Amino acid sequence: MRAPVTEPAPSPDQAASMELARAVGRSARRRLGRSLSIREVDAGSCNGCELEIHGLNNAYYDIERFGLRFVASPRHADVLLVTGPVTKNMRQALERTYSATPSPKWVVAVGDCALNGGCFATSYAVIGGVGEVLPVDLYVPGCPPEPSVILRGLLALLEKS
Amino acid sequence: MSSSLTGILREGNRIDAQRPWQRVIVKPKTWNQAAAQLVEGTTILLGLWADTDAVHMALLNEEPVDIAVITIECVDGRFPSVGRHHPAAIRFERAIRDIYGLEAEGSLDQRPWLDHGHWRVKQPLGKRVEVLSPAPPYHFLQAEGESLHQIPVGPVHAGIIEPGHFRFTANGETVVRLEQRLGFVHKGIESLMVGADLARAAQLASRTSGDSTVAYAIAFAHAVEAAFDLKVPARATWLRALMAELERLANHFGDFGAICNDASFSLLHVQCGMLRERILRVASSNFGHRLMMDRIIPGGVSTDLSRDGLMQVKSLLAELTSRLPRLVELYDNTASLQDRMVTTGILQPELARKFGAGGYIGRASGRSFDARRAIRYAPYDELRFDIPVLNEGDVNARVWIRIREIEQSLAIIDQIITMLPHGPIAVSVGAPKGASEGIAMVEGFRGDILVWVRFDNSGRLTRCHLRDPSWFQWPLLEAVVEGNIVADFPLCNKSFNCSYSGHDL
Ligand code: SF4
Repeated sequence: MRAPVTEPAPSPDQAASMELARAVGRSARRRLGRSLSIREVDAGSCNGCELEIHGLNNAYYDIERFGLRFVASPRHADVLLVTGPVTKNMRQALERTYSATPSPKWVVAVGDCALNGGCFATSYAVIGGVGEVLPVDLYVPGCPPEPSVILRGLLALLEKS
Repeated sequence: MSSSLTGILREGNRIDAQRPWQRVIVKPKTWNQAAAQLVEGTTILLGLWADTDAVHMALLNEEPVDIAVITIECVDGRFPSVGRHHPAAIRFERAIRDIYGLEAEGSLDQRPWLDHGHWRVKQPLGKRVEVLSPAPPYHFLQAEGESLHQIPVGPVHAGIIEPGHFRFTANGETVVRLEQRLGFVHKGIESLMVGADLARAAQLASRTSGDSTVAYAIAFAHAVEAAFDLKVPARATWLRALMAELERLANHFGDFGAICNDASFSLLHVQCGMLRERILRVASSNFGHRLMMDRIIPGGVSTDLSRDGLMQVKSLLAELTSRLPRLVELYDNTASLQDRMVTTGILQPELARKFGAGGYIGRASGRSFDARRAIRYAPYDELRFDIPVLNEGDVNARVWIRIREIEQSLAIIDQIITMLPHGPIAVSVGAPKGASEGIAMVEGFRGDILVWVRFDNSGRLTRCHLRDPSWFQWPLLEAVVEGNIVADFPLCNKSFNCSYSGHDL
C-alpha cells in the first residue's frame, strides 16, 4: 500500500480515452499553454451528474494528466461546467459565478437537464436549460453522461474554441 | 409489548384505501397527543407532509415496529404545529407553508424555507397566488456575544458538490452557531408528480437524489405496488436488492475516500475511488447504466442479469473483499487521520434518537434503526446480515459504520449470488381497483426513504410525497458543528453527506 496502484482500465473505453488523452493534450497546450481550469457549478441537479464529474478525478480517468483541473473558485477558472436544470432559486448564484469568471471563458452544460431542463423542465421552480441563463459553448448530453463522454466533450470544446 | 400508536389509531377514522400501514383521520386533540408522544420519545417522526387542505404525519413505534399515518383536516388552512413541541418537525412545517400555504398554528419559526421568493407564485400546490414583487430579505438567526464574526459560505461551494448556504458564527476558530439555508435546488418534483403517468413518475422519483436513484426507485415501486395490491416476482425483488447493495457499496466507498480526502489523506481517496469505479462499471455492463437509473419499475425490474453478469458480480465481490482489509488497516493506523476523525463532530445519541436520524448518522450514535431489518421487505426477510451500531457519534464512528456496512453489503451480495431465484422479472401493473394509496419505506445508503402515493378512481396519480432521510439529518449537522473549529466543518459535513436535492425536492 506504499503507492497508489493505478490499474489499467479494464473497460473497452480505454483505447478511446487514450486517444482522447493525446488529443486533449495537444489542443489544450495550443490553446491555453498547459492547463485548463474548470469550475463546477450545480445549478439544480439531482446530484447524479456530480457523481460522474467526480469520476473524472479517479485513477481510471485521471483528468489532471491532461492538464485539466478542477478549481475551487470561479476566479481561477477558464471553464464553467454547469449541471442541472437551472432552478429559479439558483439563477442569481449561477449568474454571479459566471461574472466572477475572468474572460476568456467557456460554459459547458453537462447532462440532459442542463440541455433543456430535462424531466424537470415544466416545473414552476425551474427556468430550463443552462442556455436560458448563460451563453453555452457546448452541451454534453446524458443522464448522467459518463465520465468518458464528459472528457470527450471537453475535447470538443478545445477543438471548437 | 404493545405499540404506542394503538391508542392514537383507535381515536381516528380509518381510511381503507391505504396500504400496507394504516392511515386515520384524527381530531386536533389526538394530533396534539401524537405530538406529545414525539416529545416523550415513545414514537419517532417519519414524515410530515401536506395535501389539499390536510396534513399527514407518519409515525413509527420502534419496538415492536409499527408504522401509521395520521391526518388532520385543516380548518381555514391551519393545523396545530408539531414543530412547536418537537423541533424535528419545524422545517417540514416551513416547507408545507411554502408549497401548500397551510399554516402551522403556534409555530415558532415563520420564515420561509424552500421558497426564496423567485418562483413568481406562492403556494404552488395550494391556492396559487401570483407574486411579482421581490421577496423581503431572509433573516438569519442571531448570535450575540463578544468577538463574534460571521462567515457566509455558499450556495456555490468550493468542491464538486450541491449548492446550499451555510452561515457560520465563529469566535476565533470555534464555531458557535451554524445555520443552514437550503432550497436552492428545489425543482418542484412533487408538483410534477401530479397527474404524471407511472413511467414518468418513476423517472422523477429516481431523480430525487441521483446518488440514491436505486433506493428511490424501489421505494416508489413499493408504494405503487402497495396501492395496486400487486405481488412482484421473486427474482425481481432479489435483483432490486442486488442493485440496492451495489448502490450502497459505491456510495460508501465514495464517502470513505472522500472523508479521508477532506483530512488531506488522498491515498485512501484514490484507492476507494478506484473501487467505486469498478462497481459502477460492473453495474453499467450488466444493468446498462452506471448508477442503475430507471432499472427498477413498478411491477419489477426492467433488466435481467445474465449468467455472465452473475459471474462478473462474483469477481467484483472477490476483488472488493480482498482489497477492503488493507484500506481499513491503513485508515485505522494512520495517526494523522485518527487525529482529525476521533472526537470530531460528535452527535449525541439522545439527539439522534429525538430526530429519528437514520442511516450511518443514526447508527454511529446508537440508533440501530434500518428499514431493511425493521420492515423486512423482500428479500431481506430471507437474508442474513447485521446492523452495525456505535455510540461514539463522531466522524470516526460514521466512517466505521460505513466500513462495517460495506462488509455487510458484501455478505448480502454473496447470498444473493447463490440464492437468486429464477423466473420472470416483472408483472404488468394494470389498472388500480378504485381510489388507492400506498406507502413504503426503503433503506437507501443514507438512511430510510419514505414514499407515499395516492391514486384517484381513474388511476391517476394525484399526490406523491418523497421524504429523504436528510430532512432529519441536516438539522443535526448544525448541532454537531457547534464547538468544533471551522476547519473541521468539511469533515463533519462529509461524514454526514446529506442530500441537497433529496431535501430540496
Ligand atoms: S441529467 Fe440526469 S443525472 Fe444529471 S441532473 Fe439531470 S436527472 Fe440528474
